[in-house]
Amino acid sequence: MVTGWEKVMGPIDLSKKSNLLSNEVEESLKRIQQMKGVIGIIVINAEGIPVKTTLDNSTTVQYAGLIHSLTAKSRSTVRDLDPQNDLTFLRIRSKKHEIMVAPEKEFLLIVVQNPSDGS
Amino acid sequence: MEIVYVYTKKRSEFGRQCNFADRPAELHVDILPDESLLQNFVEKNPVDRGIQCVQEMSEHEVNTERFETDTRGINHVEGGWPKDVNPQEVEQVLRFRKKVEKDEMYITTIQQLGSVMEHCIRQNNAIDIYQDYFADLEIEETEETPSAKTINVFRDPNEIKRTATHLSWYPDGAKKLAVAYSNLEFQRSPADISLDSYIWDIENPNKPEFTLKPVSPLVCLEYNPKDVHVLIGGCYNGQVAFWDTRKGSQAVEMSPVEHSHHDPVYKTIWLQSKTGTECFSASTDGQVLWWDIRKLGEPTEKLYMDPTKKGKVENAQGVLALEYEPTIPTKFMVGTEQGTIISCNRKAKTPAEKIVAVYKEHIGPVYSLQRNPFFPKNFLTVGDWTARVSFTSFVAKFGSFFSYHMSYMTDGCWSPVRPSVFFTTKMDGTLDVWDYLFKQNDPTLSLQVCDEALHSLRVQDQGRLIATGSHTGTTTLLELSDSLCTMQRNEKVLVTAMFDRETKREKILESRQRELRLKRAGQSAQGDQDDEEGGSANDEDPVARAEEDFFAMINADRKKREQQKAKQVAEDESNSEKKDENGGEKQDEEKDETIQEE
Repeated sequence: MVTGWEKVMGPIDLSKKSNLLSNEVEESLKRIQQMKGVIGIIVINAEGIPVKTTLDNSTTVQYAGLIHSLTAKSRSTVRDLDPQNDLTFLRIRSKKHEIMVAPEKEFLLIVVQNPSDGS
Repeated sequence: MEIVYVYTKKRSEFGRQCNFADRPAELHVDILPDESLLQNFVEKNPVDRGIQCVQEMSEHEVNTERFETDTRGINHVEGGWPKDVNPQEVEQVLRFRKKVEKDEMYITTIQQLGSVMEHCIRQNNAIDIYQDYFADLEIEETEETPSAKTINVFRDPNEIKRTATHLSWYPDGAKKLAVAYSNLEFQRSPADISLDSYIWDIENPNKPEFTLKPVSPLVCLEYNPKDVHVLIGGCYNGQVAFWDTRKGSQAVEMSPVEHSHHDPVYKTIWLQSKTGTECFSASTDGQVLWWDIRKLGEPTEKLYMDPTKKGKVENAQGVLALEYEPTIPTKFMVGTEQGTIISCNRKAKTPAEKIVAVYKEHIGPVYSLQRNPFFPKNFLTVGDWTARVSFTSFVAKFGSFFSYHMSYMTDGCWSPVRPSVFFTTKMDGTLDVWDYLFKQNDPTLSLQVCDEALHSLRVQDQGRLIATGSHTGTTTLLELSDSLCTMQRNEKVLVTAMFDRETKREKILESRQRELRLKRAGQSAQGDQDDEEGGSANDEDPVARAEEDFFAMINADRKKREQQKAKQVAEDESNSEKKDENGGEKQDEEKDETIQEE
């Protein structure tokens, strides 16, 4: 993938590039965390292991376990209904907050937000 | 060994042998078409004919045995780690995470997902898709017929069924229901009867959620409104015990037998206090005892329900119903086995003053007594064949709406959301819903809940759910329709007006009676001067006078019936003749009026 960075600076050293990019990831996660009403961010991998989190450990583990299986189930539901279709996003609206799940092959990005806080 | 029996039959007995052979077709008869018959032919058009082209079916129903199910779950959360990483080791976990974060796949994915996520968060912050635009719009009243449906049935899981004597709702939302089970028939309990009472999850009728194990069966059971884990129960043997559901099935503490009631404890109520640990109990031994569950060794206070206000045990009447309103914390009322309502003030100095007023209300025992949640001066009493709504300031005389029934009433309570609605249960298994703004003589809704006697009734605080317990321990949970659990427009005003009107009527009647009494007193005083002996003889013989009154009443009733019959006959005649109809009715009306005056 050619990022904007590469366009400007040309090809760079691989290890450095990965370092810089991982900083960029950090930045974007931080930006999300600072948005209105955001309570926490969790990144889990395909096995359901929390890779990155801004919540405490027990909550994270619970979220990871439950959301992982729910996402897998939702994806299989969408695919069962139409094999050409795929799950792109999962929003769970609850009384207290909204859990947003952005699924990808290898990772899941989970954001918990209190929407009433924001508006 | 083989058994062989040979049957024999001659060939000739079989008849002649078939001898089939080919031969050409031969004509036996030839009927030529008869043209004249064509004249008789009538074409039928259209032709009606029933045809069945589907398979015939029949419907059968069968009731299967109740299937007991059990819910079990397992929640697996931590897992999926690679073999060489131990999730308990913080260092290994950290290293693994670092490694993943360095992964190019991770970086690209998160970048991509981040932008999608941001979009959603912004969207959430920009508009509230669940916003209620018409929150302050009044809901239009719907004209639906009141109804109720059974949601769940909780059966006593024991072999020998017991009566569900008392119910209590979980104070924090309608999630659970505590049911006290005991056999109230005197000395009829089998020896091996279970003593347990249960707490049910209202969604799971298969198995009680929690078991309370008392030493003597519980007659009443009450959740502490301040602490949802604590329950107070009154036992059949008179002891009072409390449970903490966090501490197991056994009672945390029990009152000692020597300081407890001597009869079954029919009602316990939690008092309004800072600590939320105080309660009081009442029993048919005529005592009302106050307790603090922090020290159940001795009651904090004791009061005998002596209507003569002498505070004597011998005169005390057995208490079946107890009423306490947290907003008037010093006062309480009891309903006794003799059918009286005793109004009491706990904070009075002497025992005599503690009993404020005694009202004779019912012929039989008072099973239930409850203040109207909206108009605490008006209360509902249930006893013998009647439910009565009484409106009183404590000094005023009781006035009531009454209604007599074919079967005994067993319990009753007000709707917590509608001031004019109350519920009663009967021995024949029906639950009645009354709306006295609508009808006073008949229930608005009558539900046959089960075939046996209903014994207890409790409404959940939101007024939508009703639980009722039956004689054999079946607790039925019912849900009421919207019209029965939402306040109607102007309902409070109308109810107030109604109570005012009835109070006024009562007052007028009373003053009229007083007037009559005065007049009579004046007359008898004159009579005394004239004929002293006759007057005194009259006073001496109240039995004879009562008898006279009784027969007078009976005769009046009989006369009235005859008149009615005559009226009916007259009406029939007038109807058949269709003459003088108006005049006849007028006469009838006049007759009616005279009857009413009588």
